[in-house]
Amino acid sequence: MIHSVHLAAEESVNPLIPHTAELVVGVIAFTLLFLVLRSRVVPMFEKAFTARTEAIQGGMERAEKAQLEAQRALNQYNEQLSKAREEAQSLREEARVQGVAIIEELRTKAQEEAIRITASAHASIEAQRQQAITSLRNEVGALAVELASKIVGEALDDQARQSRIVDRFLDDLEATK
Amino acid sequence: MRSVHRLSTEGGGFVPPSSNDFNLPPVFGNSAYTTKPILLVFLSVLLVSVFFLLASRKAAIVPSKLQFAGESIYAFVRNDLGRDVIGHEFMRFVPYLFTLFTFILTNNIFGIVPLLQFPAMSRVSFPYVLAIFTFFVFHYVGIRKQGLRKYLKDIMFMPGVPKPVYILLTPIEIATFFLVRPLTLSLRLFANMFAGHLLLLVFILGGDHLLKGVIGLKLISPFAFAFGIGLTFFEFMVQCLQAYIFTLLTALYIAGALADEH
Repeated sequence: MIHSVHLAAEESVNPLIPHTAELVVGVIAFTLLFLVLRSRVVPMFEKAFTARTEAIQGGMERAEKAQLEAQRALNQYNEQLSKAREEAQSLREEARVQGVAIIEELRTKAQEEAIRITASAHASIEAQRQQAITSLRNEVGALAVELASKIVGEALDDQARQSRIVDRFLDDLEATK
Repeated sequence: MRSVHRLSTEGGGFVPPSSNDFNLPPVFGNSAYTTKPILLVFLSVLLVSVFFLLASRKAAIVPSKLQFAGESIYAFVRNDLGRDVIGHEFMRFVPYLFTLFTFILTNNIFGIVPLLQFPAMSRVSFPYVLAIFTFFVFHYVGIRKQGLRKYLKDIMFMPGVPKPVYILLTPIEIATFFLVRPLTLSLRLFANMFAGHLLLLVFILGGDHLLKGVIGLKLISPFAFAFGIGLTFFEFMVQCLQAYIFTLLTALYIAGALADEH
């Protein structure tokens, strides 16, 4: 090999012929570098890559989760809101219906009451009338009988007497009243 | 080497750079293991190791500038050359592809680094070694994945082809898998680095030689240097590209061996 190096100055050497020393060094050097890079460098870079990917992914996942959470909360609020609205609506409707019912009921009751009062008034008037008629009839009968007896008892010959009797009778009547 | 030529051609014409310029003498001592390419290869191992060890030491979620630089290169090999080419089993091969890419890239770029200025990959032995590694890796992967019989059968008798075509196809396939692939892989890298370095030598040594000539030639000399500088940038591109291609093809071969059918 050394020989060829010295020869080189003199005659042309085929550049495609490998040199033993260089082959040996090539194998050793490449293997050495390979071992260093494989054992120390590649794992460290891979570690950094993995850590970075995880960091980024973790951050993204966290953000995604937060967004989901917010979305869910929003949905929940909206749902609650619409539920409350519905409830209010139904309450209002119910109140309206109830109001109408109450008015209707009151009206019927009032009418019934009016009818009842009217009826009882009618009845009482009728009763009083009947009573009045009855008592009147009795009294008129008695009065008529009394008057007749008075007239019959006294002499009905003169006008003055006659008128006195009537006046006395009427005065008696008034006095008894 | 140059000086040897210079002396022998004293007062004579320009001696163009040749393949002999790639056979460098030992930097120190008298050993075949202390030549410039060999020292450069060791230097590249040292530089790449130290750089990536420092860059990956903390493995922080928020990287420093250094870590970011290292990660960028690693992620490029891992994702663009590993994951996108090989698929879901890619992680097993990332260390190999990563080593391949950084090793070739560094040694290529040595070609334009001031003072170093020699692409170690222009010494054919190194591309050979790398191609042989790749050769064993992708065949091993294929055999492990599909079993020796099926793997060889699939190579020699590609499924889904009419029988008579095998007369033509089988030799081509065998040659492709066992000869052409490692050979082209190594020679492509070697030849690119070799030719690139030779081109730079031509323009820069040529400019230097013109400077020593008569006044008319002196005036031309700056153009030669300017071209040399321009080519240096071009070389940088080629050096990166060749490192990329070598690694990409390795990934493709591995992906092919992992696939059920070729």
